[in-house]
Amino acid sequence: MSDDLNKVPKAIAGTSSVLDERLGGANFLKRNMRKIFPDHWSFLLGEIALYAFIILLLTGTFLTFWFQPGMGHVIYEGSYAPLKGVMMSEAYASALNISFDVRGGLLMRQMHHWAALLFVAGMMVHMLRVFFTGAYRKPREINWIIGILLLTLALAEGLTGYSLPDDLLSGAGLRITQGVAISLPLVGTYISFFLFGGEYPGEDVIARFYSLHILLIPGILLALVTAHMVLMWVQKHTQMPGKGRTNKNVVGAPFYPAFMAKAGAYFLFTLAVVAGLGTFAQINPIWIFGPYTPADISAGSQPDWYMGFLEGSLRLMPAWEINLFGTAQAGTLPLSVIIPALVPLGLVMTGLALYPFLERWITGDHREHHVADRPRNNPHRTSIGMSAIVFYGVLWLLGANDELSAFFHINLNMTTYVGRALIFVGPALAYIITYRICLGLQRSDAAVISHGVESGVIKRLPHGEFIEVHTPPAEDIAAHMRGKEAVPMLPVDEDTSGIPPKGMRGPLGKLRGRMSKAYGGEKIPLDEGHEHGHEDEHAAVGPGEDKSLTH
Amino acid sequence: MTRITAWRRHPLARYAVLILALALVGTVYATFVQVSRPADAALAAGKVDDVAEGKSLFEAHCSSCHGLNAQGTATGPTLIGVGAAAVDFQMSTGRMPASDPGAQVPRKPLPDWVKKNPDAIRQISAYVQSLGGGPQVPGKEQVDPKLGDAAKGGELFRANCIQCHNWAGAGGALTRGKYAPNLNEATPEQIYEAMVTGPQAMPVFNDSTITPEEKRNMIAYITQVREQKDPGGFGLGRIGPVTEGLVVWIVGILALVLASIWITAKKRQKS
Repeated sequence: MSDDLNKVPKAIAGTSSVLDERLGGANFLKRNMRKIFPDHWSFLLGEIALYAFIILLLTGTFLTFWFQPGMGHVIYEGSYAPLKGVMMSEAYASALNISFDVRGGLLMRQMHHWAALLFVAGMMVHMLRVFFTGAYRKPREINWIIGILLLTLALAEGLTGYSLPDDLLSGAGLRITQGVAISLPLVGTYISFFLFGGEYPGEDVIARFYSLHILLIPGILLALVTAHMVLMWVQKHTQMPGKGRTNKNVVGAPFYPAFMAKAGAYFLFTLAVVAGLGTFAQINPIWIFGPYTPADISAGSQPDWYMGFLEGSLRLMPAWEINLFGTAQAGTLPLSVIIPALVPLGLVMTGLALYPFLERWITGDHREHHVADRPRNNPHRTSIGMSAIVFYGVLWLLGANDELSAFFHINLNMTTYVGRALIFVGPALAYIITYRICLGLQRSDAAVISHGVESGVIKRLPHGEFIEVHTPPAEDIAAHMRGKEAVPMLPVDEDTSGIPPKGMRGPLGKLRGRMSKAYGGEKIPLDEGHEHGHEDEHAAVGPGEDKSLTH
Repeated sequence: MTRITAWRRHPLARYAVLILALALVGTVYATFVQVSRPADAALAAGKVDDVAEGKSLFEAHCSSCHGLNAQGTATGPTLIGVGAAAVDFQMSTGRMPASDPGAQVPRKPLPDWVKKNPDAIRQISAYVQSLGGGPQVPGKEQVDPKLGDAAKGGELFRANCIQCHNWAGAGGALTRGKYAPNLNEATPEQIYEAMVTGPQAMPVFNDSTITPEEKRNMIAYITQVREQKDPGGFGLGRIGPVTEGLVVWIVGILALVLASIWITAKKRQKS
């Protein structure tokens, strides 16, 4: 009887043999179904973006069935009373139609928008995880670059999507886009006329953005997401340092069944969050915004959150502009638009893309890395990351300065002045504070390794003193901490005759050497925790005592 | 008994008794005067005249900043020619009397003397109107939202109001501590009066710029939109992307991070 149960039914066995004989998938599956995935909560963050992307494709397809990307004028005759009889574009009318007259349309629109916000947010937390654990290091630099491309494209995808409904708010975003395009020296006017098919706003831009939004950009995104996943699969996932984990193995659960179940469950979680938000929280209420006309603008006009840092940099910027040859006729260089539009974006994106290569140039580390760093163990990297977060965060916060001012009753001008100072002071402070915190955490690790953890047992010594007995840390915790590796450093020391090594001699070389010395090396050795501040306790125990208890 | 005797003989006792007696006399006198004063005033005037009554209220509550003849002082502007509509707007929203001179006078609950005397605002309005004319308080029909066309009003609202007051009338920040207040609490009369008088940082939209009928349309739009139930769920203050961004990080990302911690915390049990 048990033989019968264990036998594969003929319908399945037959079909799979037929398929296998023709496609040869069995070997591929056998090899890949057992692929091991390491387990750590932060390794799932990228999946938020992946699943949000899937939800975006599905809900987006639904929306295309009814959306009309036209800028021809129509009179609204739908069921939203306060706009009845108002002239508007076909795009806006069809977006209203989806919201009020298509069954399930509003839910789909809201889920699409929430998923879009979650998509970029998921990408960003995933990117921060990869950055702070050094998971971008060799051999994963190409995947890191693909990730940066994905993030940039996601911003473009968000911008084009935000503009499509042609409501008042999306028009404001479009106006800023055009303002940035036209501010570019020499080519600005040409780009603006090319993009809008003439004077702003024209009658073409919605249809053009529609093609970009539903065809070109998602196509590239899908291709890059696939490449991202394939590379991750082939190169295997990094793992956190721990017991039995080396650069040569991966410790975790197999893809089938354990990881697949987890990933499937996580997709359902993401879907639940998006559907829940779409059901209970109103997003982008275009009917309140009203149709776009270039003459109207509203207080509290804001971009979606991922564009907020650009909005903030625009708001912080002093009104500088240069009239060439002293007159506006010869041309104007509007620094007040060019600098905030291009500099922060350039700093953040270029900095991210180049970081793996800069780090390798400074540390001279050409080895492969499959074990992730704990953020504290590379304090300069972590500090650089934190100051970038603060830089971004200040811009992001100041993008909403009118809402902050209105809500908290702060003087609007004051928010700008504070922001202008904070944008320089904040990152510097974040660097120093993070660096000290990292070293502090390293010291605490060193103390645990060399001194043990508090056991809760108080021991009275013969001469009356009380000490707390420390016990060695649990094996897995110790292994996790001992996964620490000194940040590599170039051979920078001068030889006996005072000549620096090759490649460190020019001004650039000297800079490289100095940076390497600061960035690399072991700041707090794990086994020296001992020497600092615990002498009293040990002295009290005395050399003849049982040290195993107190260490 | 001895303790009471000791208190009575205490060196400070006589002062305490004196203070108590003074307080008693003062309280009784104040009560008596407050009760008798309206009667006195009514008797003195022969009949309760709005303008005269308004003038006395004005002198008691407004003149310290606006001057005894509403001519204005260093701390308050002249009120000659502002009209009854301006007084009605400022007083019915609680902005006047102002508590302290800041960048802008905020809306606040009415002071007790206005609450107790429902005619006070009308009387002061009548007095100020008598000084030099100006916009009148609108009639009931003039501001009735039911008689307006919301869709037409919406277009005017978007063209003229939302650059400061926001698309949903949620208000917004202006320069140097000034702000456009939200329109949720404003009554139809107050909205109308604000348009014709241009209080504080607001410009005047007189009847040749926006006709009374158009004003009524705008009032219809404002009241209709603010009373509307948000079709998409919780409205998030109707201020758009800022609160949406907060929600996606605080609710969305936080929930998914917790989910990822929960999922990975489940380890296969070793049997």
